[in-house]
Amino acid sequence: MAAHTVEMDSKTLWGGKVSPFTTSYGKLMMWFFLVSDALTFGGLLIAYGFTRHDALEAWPIGEETFNSLPFLGHGYPLLYVALMTFILIISSVTMVLAVEAGHRMDRKGVTKWMIATIIGGFFFVGSQAWEWYHFIHGSEFGKIELADGSQAIVKGHFGAIQNFKVVKAGSHHKKDEVITEDLMHLFQHAGKDGHLSGNTPNQGMITLHDGSVAKINKSADHDLMLIVKKDGKTNKVGQKIEGAKAVSMYYSALYSGTPNRVIYGANLEQNEYGPQQYAQFFFFITGFHGFHVFSGVVINILICLGVLSGKYHQRGHYEMVEKTGLYWHFVDLVWVFVFTFFYLI
Amino acid sequence: MERDDLIEYSLDAHHNEEKGKSIRKKIYFVTVLLTVITVVEVLLGAIIKQNSAIWPLIKWSFVAMTLLKAGYIVMVFMHLGDERPWLRYVILVPYFMFILYLIFIALWEATAIRDVLDKLF
Repeated sequence: MAAHTVEMDSKTLWGGKVSPFTTSYGKLMMWFFLVSDALTFGGLLIAYGFTRHDALEAWPIGEETFNSLPFLGHGYPLLYVALMTFILIISSVTMVLAVEAGHRMDRKGVTKWMIATIIGGFFFVGSQAWEWYHFIHGSEFGKIELADGSQAIVKGHFGAIQNFKVVKAGSHHKKDEVITEDLMHLFQHAGKDGHLSGNTPNQGMITLHDGSVAKINKSADHDLMLIVKKDGKTNKVGQKIEGAKAVSMYYSALYSGTPNRVIYGANLEQNEYGPQQYAQFFFFITGFHGFHVFSGVVINILICLGVLSGKYHQRGHYEMVEKTGLYWHFVDLVWVFVFTFFYLI
Repeated sequence: MERDDLIEYSLDAHHNEEKGKSIRKKIYFVTVLLTVITVVEVLLGAIIKQNSAIWPLIKWSFVAMTLLKAGYIVMVFMHLGDERPWLRYVILVPYFMFILYLIFIALWEATAIRDVLDKLF
């Protein structure tokens, strides 16, 4: 029998002491954690796909919803989110450079690249805050319920409101007073409550909180387009209405005097973009990812303090940087998928 | 007392300046690649509308480009490409097994639910 036995050392036999993966315990466990976290995100994105598959055309398209840039306004589809993606990719690069510097025991290099990574992380979290603010705040037009009961989102350029001129005094405002402040907010509030009236789009009347009635001085809107997102008696999902017809349909609904025909922005009960689940998924998926980024930044700061104190240098290796790097790259990895499935497709 | 029952694999991960140079070169290459792919994705998304005839093709090219990006991030940035093959399999095989099953079952169920809803309304 001796001829059939092969001499094996403990390395081949996984006989304890030696890791078959030649990896430390900490790094291996970080990988296992990332696999489970990736399954969570995979589950979320698949649930998103499931819901979207069910809603079909009613589902908002990324470039319809996300087309704003800070300071520049609307009309830049996906550019902002592309910028966010770029920021995260670059911070991933600085992280991997920190890991590489760690392998050369270059403490200065690790410090430099870790700080760059942290700055990139803060930029991303800030961008996401802006994106959320914009999403919650909504557009100037909102989503409107048309005469036949269908609901449509509105695209185009909203003509600025110059002022409200009071024609009937209330408890606060006098007759002929000209109101110039907080106009958009008052206008949207009155729209939601059904306190707007009028026959022509740019000569509407607004009833203010104190009971006074004012005439709205507003420039004309441009390139108005209604995209139907919920079936009505005549309008069907996916239908697009443009030109003068769109203007008259939008304003006859807005000025109808019935409350709750227009929705601005998004919360957990209603949103102006499409089916209700859309906003829920937006808040949950980008929020969960944003929470990962935030915790990643906190961990990076802690590790960076460790680098600065020379703790890892004394240890003889920078594996802590490598482990936190794994987590940071994972955050970038998830964003690559969120970017594609939430924004692009 | 120094422990002799533990092997510090972390100490084996060191490399010299020459090796570092080639690693950095690879990192910069991947950076440029990821950026270019993202720019292409955004351009395609902005130019081609979802109702156009070639949209399905674009959609699947997005999926392919995303997987390519993900592959480079995992293999180069996360160094999974440099690990032992068995570690690679332990990470990737269970993940893909679960996720493919999840995709399959979600599509299957969504179609069934759609059929039911169509019959009801």
